[in-house]
Amino acid sequence: MSNAALSRRQFIHAGLVAGGGLVLAVTLPRGASKASPAAHADSQLNAWLKIGPDDTITFIVDRSEMGQGVYTALPMLLAEELHVSLDAITLVPAPVGDAYVSPGNGGQVTGTSNSVQESFDKLRLAGAQARLMLTQAAAQHWKLDETQCRADEGCVWNSKGEKLTYGTLANAAAKFPVPKNPKLKDKSAFKIVGKPRLRLDTPGKVDGSAQFGIDVLLPGMLYAAYAQSPVLGGTLKSLDSSAAEAMPGVRKVIKIDAGVIVVADHYWQALKGRDALKVEWEPGANHALDNDAIAAMLAKTAAKGEGLSARNDGDANKALQSAKQSLKATYDLPLLAHATMEPMNCTADVRKDRCDLYVGTQVPQVSQVTAAQAANLKPEQVNVITTLLGGGFGRRLDVDFIPAAVIASKALGVPVKLIWTREDDITHDTFRPPALEAMEGGLDGSGKLTAVKLHVTSPSITARMFPPVKGVDDSVVEYAINFPYEVANYSLSYSRQEIGIDVGYMRSVSHAPNCFAIESFMDELAHAAGKNPYEFRRALLKAERSKKVLEVLADKSGWGKAPPGRYQGMSFMLGYTTHIAQVAEISIDQGELKVHRIVCVVDCGYMVHPKIVESQIEGGTIFGLTAALWGEINLKGGKARETNFHNYRLLRMNEVPAIEVHLLDSDEAPGGIGEAAVALPAPALCNAIFSATGKRIRKLPIGVLKLA
Amino acid sequence: MANLTINGQNLEVDAAPDTPLLWVIRDHLKMTGTKFGCGMALCGACTVHVDGAATRSCVLPFKAVAGRSITTIEGLSKDRSHPVQRAWLEIDVPQCGYCQSGQIMSAAALLTSNPDPKDADIDAALAGNICRCGTYQRIRKAVHRAAELSKTGKT
Repeated sequence: MSNAALSRRQFIHAGLVAGGGLVLAVTLPRGASKASPAAHADSQLNAWLKIGPDDTITFIVDRSEMGQGVYTALPMLLAEELHVSLDAITLVPAPVGDAYVSPGNGGQVTGTSNSVQESFDKLRLAGAQARLMLTQAAAQHWKLDETQCRADEGCVWNSKGEKLTYGTLANAAAKFPVPKNPKLKDKSAFKIVGKPRLRLDTPGKVDGSAQFGIDVLLPGMLYAAYAQSPVLGGTLKSLDSSAAEAMPGVRKVIKIDAGVIVVADHYWQALKGRDALKVEWEPGANHALDNDAIAAMLAKTAAKGEGLSARNDGDANKALQSAKQSLKATYDLPLLAHATMEPMNCTADVRKDRCDLYVGTQVPQVSQVTAAQAANLKPEQVNVITTLLGGGFGRRLDVDFIPAAVIASKALGVPVKLIWTREDDITHDTFRPPALEAMEGGLDGSGKLTAVKLHVTSPSITARMFPPVKGVDDSVVEYAINFPYEVANYSLSYSRQEIGIDVGYMRSVSHAPNCFAIESFMDELAHAAGKNPYEFRRALLKAERSKKVLEVLADKSGWGKAPPGRYQGMSFMLGYTTHIAQVAEISIDQGELKVHRIVCVVDCGYMVHPKIVESQIEGGTIFGLTAALWGEINLKGGKARETNFHNYRLLRMNEVPAIEVHLLDSDEAPGGIGEAAVALPAPALCNAIFSATGKRIRKLPIGVLKLA
Repeated sequence: MANLTINGQNLEVDAAPDTPLLWVIRDHLKMTGTKFGCGMALCGACTVHVDGAATRSCVLPFKAVAGRSITTIEGLSKDRSHPVQRAWLEIDVPQCGYCQSGQIMSAAALLTSNPDPKDADIDAALAGNICRCGTYQRIRKAVHRAAELSKTGKT
């Protein structure tokens, strides 16, 4: 976002911190805000930077830290222009407020890999504004021109070598107008941004002191376990809680429509109490739902035709008819569980007229509204304290674990921490939706690509979470809509088919299914055209940056030069404005697949913290590889068969291949990196399997398939 | 009622006899560095040391370890000075960080029994610790680095 865009959308103002000091805050113009105009008079609201008279520098962070590094990258941007050491900054998670709304996400949401993209200009601007105001205050104090003063390391200095700390200047600085368009440093002058340094959240994560939602401790707090219908969407039919209530430590058993809450002095007692419940569930509409039924629903709708058009260049049908060669293939993606290492949990402290909600969430606003409804309070009476997230991956965009904690706290009159077990977490996930992605393509006599069609059939997540959806749900075709290859005739369409259960956004959302279809199919087309899959792609990629990524990949991976017995497969994606490509190198020994090596080349634009980028690419690759190999939730009788890590397998240390990440230097605007790598391993791997066996895998996961 | 020796301290615990050590540590003793991940000894997030050996605390009734020496992440060092913690800081291993207490405890136990582990030893010793963020490459590198730091005693 440019400075101009920021100033059009938002109004930055300065004020005094209660107790003294400078606060800079951002508010939306009247009318764009849901809060009352009176609220804006209080400069504490929507603050993002506070400088106290005691030299404390507090940065209010508007994004949730779930491993992707925002608690390091974002303060780096601020510190760069504020001219302070990163260690001088204290981070505080943002409360709910208009200033923290992500323009790209349309809410206070950490998602779509846009945190650095949206903060890159905004936070540097903020730092520069505060620094200039502090410098002006110092100049006034010394009766100098501000050009005779310079800010460095949290102080303003004059030419005599005298200094005033930011804290001593803060009150005076607050009285200056906020500079509108301060000049930002050239990248070449950066001292913090782009430079290696330890993540700010690492120390707490190596000594056990980092506080995740599950670690919240409050005086007088009780613990709760939650029983839900094993059949998804089922409701409570009958309950005999007498045995549970007689269990040691059990304080209360609470019936709600969706389940039963057992509150006890300790969590283990709550779990034992839950075991002692005699519950009958009304299974409801999903009693016979299984994967075959879901597959049949999707197949039936897919067979009806093309559905809603998302993009239509040229005339793909006509071009296919006149093609020398045409191909069709349908790719089949399963339900997946997010399986964050920290199971879903929430701690609520409901009082008569307020509620403190401690929760690891990607959506503080939605959490606030959800808790308010459960507590029968107004949203502004709910104070959301966002903790560290023990994994997000989109699971914590959902808030289904919040109401029961709030209801329990309200019923008991004390703080209650409600924790889902791993089994609760996997069986009651809001799964990544299944999809059928049907591709068609045409080649002319010289093997040139003349037409591509993609028809996606899947449920809509957005229709449940952010309704209404008019026409095509963008999140279902978000990658395919920006098809990165040159083709005159391109048709993308979507048919919505719900499957009776709630599905949710998962890391990379539809990039993974779209990319699996497109990159597998590009491989199929290349072979049909008699071309090298690398050359075929390279010739068609539209962006120079894309081509460059692919060329470096061919070089770094030794494309076409695999050792004897090893086979390679390639994939490419341009998503989150990041250009990324992978080669998977495999062998197959007596039908057993072994992944030896994944080489990944990335151009994600300018990198604020390259080592974090590298870690996200490595981690995203493992996330995608796990899904490609094993990821699948099987429903039977409306219940998830997978329950814990023995039957919902995640890659372990001894199972990961060597992953080589090559990051290309770039001066372009930063792209997203948290989700980018996830989509690449599945097509690269399946294309490698084709090289090895001649067998096309079009249905994931690859699983224990014998590949002999 | 039982006495537990945790991080060198003798602590009296009043909990139901079948309560897993994990919940005693977290809920009764309020040390939250040891994490709940699966409750079935499948993920390693709850790893502590019992007499120096890496042990999953989520399936271990606390009474079974009365009188034995238990170490949690909080007791590994006072100031992140254990070689494994120093290596973790140097390599900047964690992402979300939730599994890292368990990873570190498993790595520390490995280095006690095997001061110079090869990749295969590390894989074997840490295969029980899942990291959903996928920090495995950095973990492996950090374990090697911790082995070096243990030997030299220098940073």
